[in-house]
Amino acid sequence: MKKILIVDDEPNIVMSLEYIFKKENFEVFIARDGAEAIEIAENNIPDIILLDIMMPKVDGYQVLNYLKSSEELSDIRVIILSAKNKISDVEIGMQLGANKYISKPFSTKKLVKEVKELLKK
Amino acid sequence: MSSFLVIFIIIAYLALIFYVAYWAEKNSKSKWVNNPYVYTLSLAVYCTAWTYYGSVGLAATSGLQFLTIYIGPIIIIPSWIILMKKIIRISKGNKISSLADFISLRYGNDRFLGALVTVVCILAIVPYISLQLKAISETFNVITNHNIATDYIINDTTFYIAILLAIFAAFFGTQHTDASERHKGIITAVALESIIKLVFFLVIGVYVTFYLFNGPADVYDKASGLPNFKIQQSIDGLEGGFNWFLLSFVSMIAIMLLPRQFQVTVVENDREKYLKKVIWLFPLYLLLFNIFVIFIAWGGNIIFENQEVDADLFTLMLPLNNNHEFLALLVFLGGFSAAISMVVISTLALSTMLSNNLIIPYGFLRKFSEGESEENTGSIKKIRRIAIFSLIIIAYFFYKSFTLDHSLVSIGLVSFVIIAQLAPSFFGGLFWRRGSSLGAKLGIIIGFIITFYILVVPFTIDSQSISTSFVEEGLFGLSFLKPNELFGLQIFEPVPSAVFWSLFFNTIVYVLVSVGIVSSYRERNFAEMFVDSSKYASLHEDAYVWKGEAYVSDIRKVLTRFLGEERTERALNLFFMKYGVDKKNKLADARLVNFSEKLLTGSIGSASARILISSVAKEEEISLTEVLSILDETRKTKESNKELKERDKQKDEFLDTVSHELKTPITSIRALSEILLDNDDIEKATKKQFLKSILSESKRISRLINNILDLEKLATGKEKLELNQNSIKNTIQKSIDAVSQLSLTNGIKINKEGVKDIELIYDEDRIQQVIINLLSNAIKFSNKENGSVSVFTYINQNKIEISVEDNGKGIEVDDLVSIFDKFYQSKNQTIVKPEGSGLGLAISKQIIESHNGKIWAENIKPQGARLTFTLPLNTD
Repeated sequence: MKKILIVDDEPNIVMSLEYIFKKENFEVFIARDGAEAIEIAENNIPDIILLDIMMPKVDGYQVLNYLKSSEELSDIRVIILSAKNKISDVEIGMQLGANKYISKPFSTKKLVKEVKELLKK
Repeated sequence: MSSFLVIFIIIAYLALIFYVAYWAEKNSKSKWVNNPYVYTLSLAVYCTAWTYYGSVGLAATSGLQFLTIYIGPIIIIPSWIILMKKIIRISKGNKISSLADFISLRYGNDRFLGALVTVVCILAIVPYISLQLKAISETFNVITNHNIATDYIINDTTFYIAILLAIFAAFFGTQHTDASERHKGIITAVALESIIKLVFFLVIGVYVTFYLFNGPADVYDKASGLPNFKIQQSIDGLEGGFNWFLLSFVSMIAIMLLPRQFQVTVVENDREKYLKKVIWLFPLYLLLFNIFVIFIAWGGNIIFENQEVDADLFTLMLPLNNNHEFLALLVFLGGFSAAISMVVISTLALSTMLSNNLIIPYGFLRKFSEGESEENTGSIKKIRRIAIFSLIIIAYFFYKSFTLDHSLVSIGLVSFVIIAQLAPSFFGGLFWRRGSSLGAKLGIIIGFIITFYILVVPFTIDSQSISTSFVEEGLFGLSFLKPNELFGLQIFEPVPSAVFWSLFFNTIVYVLVSVGIVSSYRERNFAEMFVDSSKYASLHEDAYVWKGEAYVSDIRKVLTRFLGEERTERALNLFFMKYGVDKKNKLADARLVNFSEKLLTGSIGSASARILISSVAKEEEISLTEVLSILDETRKTKESNKELKERDKQKDEFLDTVSHELKTPITSIRALSEILLDNDDIEKATKKQFLKSILSESKRISRLINNILDLEKLATGKEKLELNQNSIKNTIQKSIDAVSQLSLTNGIKINKEGVKDIELIYDEDRIQQVIINLLSNAIKFSNKENGSVSVFTYINQNKIEISVEDNGKGIEVDDLVSIFDKFYQSKNQTIVKPEGSGLGLAISKQIIESHNGKIWAENIKPQGARLTFTLPLNTD
């Protein structure tokens, strides 16, 4: 069973993503901000992380930075899910080492497809 | 001392100066060359041989009056931080290379005016240069014990020195064709000479005061025993006061308008900020230079009492008299430095004027408009070099053929007074739009004639020992025309009298003619640019009004003749880029015409540049009012463009945040709807949960949109406030009622005992909106266990303060101000996002401000936050 970590501060978005990936037989972890995300990632080493950018305290970029600089966590695949979609935002995310940048609002089917494809590689 | 030794030392010294100039030219980027100290020291070219010898001479014969020459500058220099900055800015912006260019450009690029200023400057300065040569020659004779000046030029050391100085000025002064470029070699050499002359003068001052005498008190004691001492050392009542004032006044003008001062202060200025050093360092330099003058003068008077020693030579004679030849040599070298700095800078400045404002515009334009670029730049340099040699040689012969018996000071002062004739048109042009070129020309001519009549004529007659009755009896025997007592006024000495009358008539003519005769539109255009320099500075070429037809290719041809292919191409590319003009445009616009004129100004002067450019650009006449309205419009568009850009940026940021805030709920709605659509087997409870969420997210969107619209309405003032007399107690009660459900679910009691009733005028709905917003924030953030919220009112002078307090954990200090920003979300927010759009406080702030009130946040003790807003009690 693959492990997925959902990082978002919007409860309704989290709720929908949790439902979708449970149905796809993922073990789902949830974090409401960056700090929590890092803690859960370290304890559970998920296979993939869905990461929001605009969050209180520690934002998504900082989380990504932390993941990529850590030996154990740097292999985790990361998809950024963000409502920020200026070219500069996408560029920062990709430069920091995200595998994919999907802008909100997204199609749930497409998201599931992207996640599965990424996990095959 | 043997003449050969002295000549050898002079040559060695000149070699050093040449070397320093050469080094500075080669290392023009070095910080030894580019710094405020070199700049400040170069300004000390003001202190010439006059200061070295003449001040002492004047102090010995007329007491403290010598100080006026330095008091004027010391008073005016601090104002440079504004005044000189303005002059420098205008000059740099228009590539102005001389005083003549400055004045002629200000009055609409007037060729005749530029030439007139040049002639006035040459008439004023050439005798002054002669004087420096005379000082060199005389002191040379004194130190080498020659008693008479040789009659044959071939034997005269001064002649060779003059030629060497001309070579120096010609070599380092014409490195660039563009005269508005800086001459770093010369300036660095002059700065070095300024140190040398000051140090050596201080050495001789200390020597006289402390070696020959026992300190200042001793000199004073002994000097006070001399006859005439009392009279000399006082200002001498009202008349003397006037004389003092007028001499200081004319020096004030001289420190800015002497061609050499304009050259070092304006043309050679590298950075505006150097002025910050200048305003204290330069006065300090002048003060230092003058500390010992009076002691040397008194010392000379005491030691040479009843001897026939020229007071002008005290500085040199004192050490010689005591057989201190080495000290005398230092004095000689100091005076020599002072003299040659002045000669070099003055001829440099005059040669630029002579070539750019007299010779080229009147004689060489046709030739230039046909020549090739190399040929032309060669000719320009040649003209300047010939000008430099001619000026120095004329000065030399002037000194040779006129026995300049008058002391150094008086010739210097005559030249100050002549230069002062440029002051009304210069300063008038800087601050008064109406000042016209005709007024300037007539003013300068009248002022010059008067000066000539009062000072130069009697002086020349005197020096040539021609006996005439007119000085004693007045022109045509009319006694009120006696040069020394014009209009019967007897209180002035000749120089102050000349200052007074010449400037009086000069200014009156300038003002009356300017007011009486309307100037041309071109003049007015430049007048606006000069007077309002700060306003137009950012407009650059846009400030130039021009209408007509001109082809880029024609203008390019003219430019190429002076700048060469490469520089022309580079300059034009820069221009096209700066204004975003299409290179393929065939027709030139006003900006290109002005830009090209400026490009040429440095090389051939503004008047010639204008004539050359207008020979290929057909200009249409425009009326004065049209010029003014176009200028005004350009300025306004530019200003509003800047504002627009700023507003655009803010709008971009705002839109960015709004779109983010809108996309977030839409994301939830879309994801949840897709799940509901794709999964028929979904549990009933989950389905209900999802639908509820969709509903609340939809509400969130509409709330956000309403808030944005609300804010927009308030910010743009589209919505008028409904101002009525209301009771604040009632409004607060209504607001509390509105949040009763929220407070109930959070278990919080709202305390309103601090509310007093008072009636005042406000929009009740809007104020209620603010109070509800503050209350719901307070409820959300108050203590979870035993939360409490209180409302207070407080009357403070002519306003009422309404505060809402909670007992939560307060607001981070960093956030106290920014919580009122749109969409501001604290970094330290709790994990659960609070309800709301992030616009509530921004809207509240807008509402309060449109009521002319204020709103702010603060933390209270022991814990909690207080948000307060004020409303004025009498809103009329």
